[in-house]
Amino acid sequence: MNSQAILLSSSSPELVWKLPSRGHVGMLSLIAAELAIFTIFVVAYLFYIGKSLTGPMPKNVLEVPIFATICLLSSSWTIHVAVKALQNGRLRTFGAWWFVTMSLGFIFLVETGREWHHLIFEKGLTISTNLFGTTYYSLVGLHAFHVVVGLIGIAIAMILILLGKVKKEHSERADVFSLYWHFVDVVWIVVFTVVYIIGR
Amino acid sequence: MAARSITLSAEVSQPIGTTLHDWVVTVDHKKLGILYILYALVFLLIGGIEATIVRVQLMVPNNHFVSPQVFNRMFTMHGTTMIFFVAMPILFGFANYLIPLMIGTRDMAFPRLNAWSFWLTAFGGLLLYFSFIGGNGLYGAGNAPDVGWFAYAPLTATTFSLGHSTDFWTLGLLVSGFGSIGTAINILATIICLRCPGMTLGKMPLLAWMNLVTAAMVLLAISPLTAAQIMLSLDRFLGGHFFDTQAGGSAVLWMHFFWIFGHPEVYVLVLPAFAFASEIIPVFSRKPIFGYPVMVAATIAIGFVGFSVWAHHMFTVGMNSYANSFFTITTMVIGIPTGIKIFNWIGTMWGGKIAFKTPMLFCIAFLFQFLIAGLTGIMLSAAPFDWQLGNSYFVVAHFHYVIVGGILFTLFAAFYYWFPKMSGRMYNETLGKWHFWLFLIGFHLTFDFMHIPGLLGMPRRIYTYEAGRGWDIWNLICTIGVFFQIVATLLFIGSLLWSYFNGKAAGNDPWDAWTLEWSTSSPPTEYNFAQIPVVKSRRPLWDIKHPEDPDWKYE
Repeated sequence: MNSQAILLSSSSPELVWKLPSRGHVGMLSLIAAELAIFTIFVVAYLFYIGKSLTGPMPKNVLEVPIFATICLLSSSWTIHVAVKALQNGRLRTFGAWWFVTMSLGFIFLVETGREWHHLIFEKGLTISTNLFGTTYYSLVGLHAFHVVVGLIGIAIAMILILLGKVKKEHSERADVFSLYWHFVDVVWIVVFTVVYIIGR
Repeated sequence: MAARSITLSAEVSQPIGTTLHDWVVTVDHKKLGILYILYALVFLLIGGIEATIVRVQLMVPNNHFVSPQVFNRMFTMHGTTMIFFVAMPILFGFANYLIPLMIGTRDMAFPRLNAWSFWLTAFGGLLLYFSFIGGNGLYGAGNAPDVGWFAYAPLTATTFSLGHSTDFWTLGLLVSGFGSIGTAINILATIICLRCPGMTLGKMPLLAWMNLVTAAMVLLAISPLTAAQIMLSLDRFLGGHFFDTQAGGSAVLWMHFFWIFGHPEVYVLVLPAFAFASEIIPVFSRKPIFGYPVMVAATIAIGFVGFSVWAHHMFTVGMNSYANSFFTITTMVIGIPTGIKIFNWIGTMWGGKIAFKTPMLFCIAFLFQFLIAGLTGIMLSAAPFDWQLGNSYFVVAHFHYVIVGGILFTLFAAFYYWFPKMSGRMYNETLGKWHFWLFLIGFHLTFDFMHIPGLLGMPRRIYTYEAGRGWDIWNLICTIGVFFQIVATLLFIGSLLWSYFNGKAAGNDPWDAWTLEWSTSSPPTEYNFAQIPVVKSRRPLWDIKHPEDPDWKYE
């Protein structure tokens, strides 16, 4: 929503009362809470590295998901371009980049699914196998869950775009949503570092 | 009397079904605030009954008033209920009701999120209490949770907690935790984005300031609990090993995760209590708050330091000496901003024209009691002292001094202070004073004397004890105090009900107060303000009442 702008008083008409938009503040607050949740999961992951009593161990089964990471991180850039286009009223460009963002997020999710399928059915690693399995599936799964939530949001917006309902005046909402998507990407950098570099 | 003929609001004439429907679907911050408060009062009675059962069981040695299993359920449910379903919702209720009125806006930033948060909290409580029926699960073993309110591993493992009792505990707190996070987001966005013109951060009422810090703390404190509950659920439902020591998991990790939530939670509860005191004491001392900027700074300092003290709950677990020293020092340090606040409230009263109305009486008692609670807190912060007294009744007495003597007393003050605004009626001063004195006597009988069996070595959560250890008389006195508290609490609820129907009309501003909520009608209309106010100082109503000597000339 628009931030309120009210004249302060008749004696000083040049002074305008302007406060931050509630959408941005609300989203940043949500991100703060989410970061606290992720911090606890990351701490648990780091704490349990190398403490599994039985195999499989990370170094034997994990492969670094470079392609998926490139897809997810570049989607942060595409959503930024999309929002900028909407702010300038270039609706077609916006729709195109929004679609690219959705596709990149979807590819990431498919790659995660392939990785999990490989681990479960070929390597025999499940959430109850050992501590590595417990911490790995919960941390990566928590992140993937956030990607799913983000993709649902992006898909709903995509439907509205195709129906022609998204206009320039919605650019603030798109901007607020893009904060969430950037957050999901930044968290992936942390998860990637912890799981595939430090933990391996 | 003429006062009896006034109608409270238009909805009185509606059919009951319509009124009920209005309350269920409402997104109005005032109605949601009252729903929060009423909901919490119901749970206050339930939690009080559980506490009474615990105290009756401990009244005399070798007692068998309830079985050990029931005793474990009672203290678990008492603690969980009082923290998550009484203290949190009641404080959120007041925050919801008061913040938009005090900062001069028409509703919270996200009204529907507000309703959603309330109903999550409400159903979280129902989920917890459904355990009495559904805790059995398929094993026929299990009832209400009996693992203690901090549910240490491995008590919560499926091996030791059969049935679904722990699952109901986990899910109840998870669901209500999401509600708390939603409300915290709402409070932050409301205070940051919706203040009326002229109300800069430095002109905000202290209640708004303290709730701002509280909301930020909720975001960062409840979330770790949510994360830990998710892990516990993964352990119990999917066979994870987070807290499974058989598979290399760590029971101590749960303690850390729980107390990273658990200690900031104390400040989440006590900062709104400070907020009430900071609004009520100035009005009944007829002076502006002493040291406003220092109060704000102390609040923020508590917000920061509050996150670095959690492991003082774990001295007896056995940590290395660096950790012991660190948490001892931080715990002592947090006494400084808290002490500053006590000096500021006394500074506000100093030289003031004090009116000893019921809200002020509760606030004055709060000052003394919170000081004592803080002093026993400083004692327990020293690790060697805590090794001796950790998990004894001394600790139980200490934190009840904080929660009852500090938080509940200011809550009662808040009830009496804002009751005229919420209901449009004055409360009964005589009944209020009876409530105060009876509760004061009951509180001190119970919790002053509870320190002593703790010093004599009585552990907390003990089912019963042998005669002749020197604990008998103290336990008897503690339990006698409970009955004073019960009578006082029933008197409190009775007096509010009586006043709601028979009280004198309160008018807009019965206390000659200075913050914006008193400029609205009592109870306020749905839109709060016909015209959004413009403020120039911390006491906008003072400026209106005293145009010859307004505050803004001096701030």
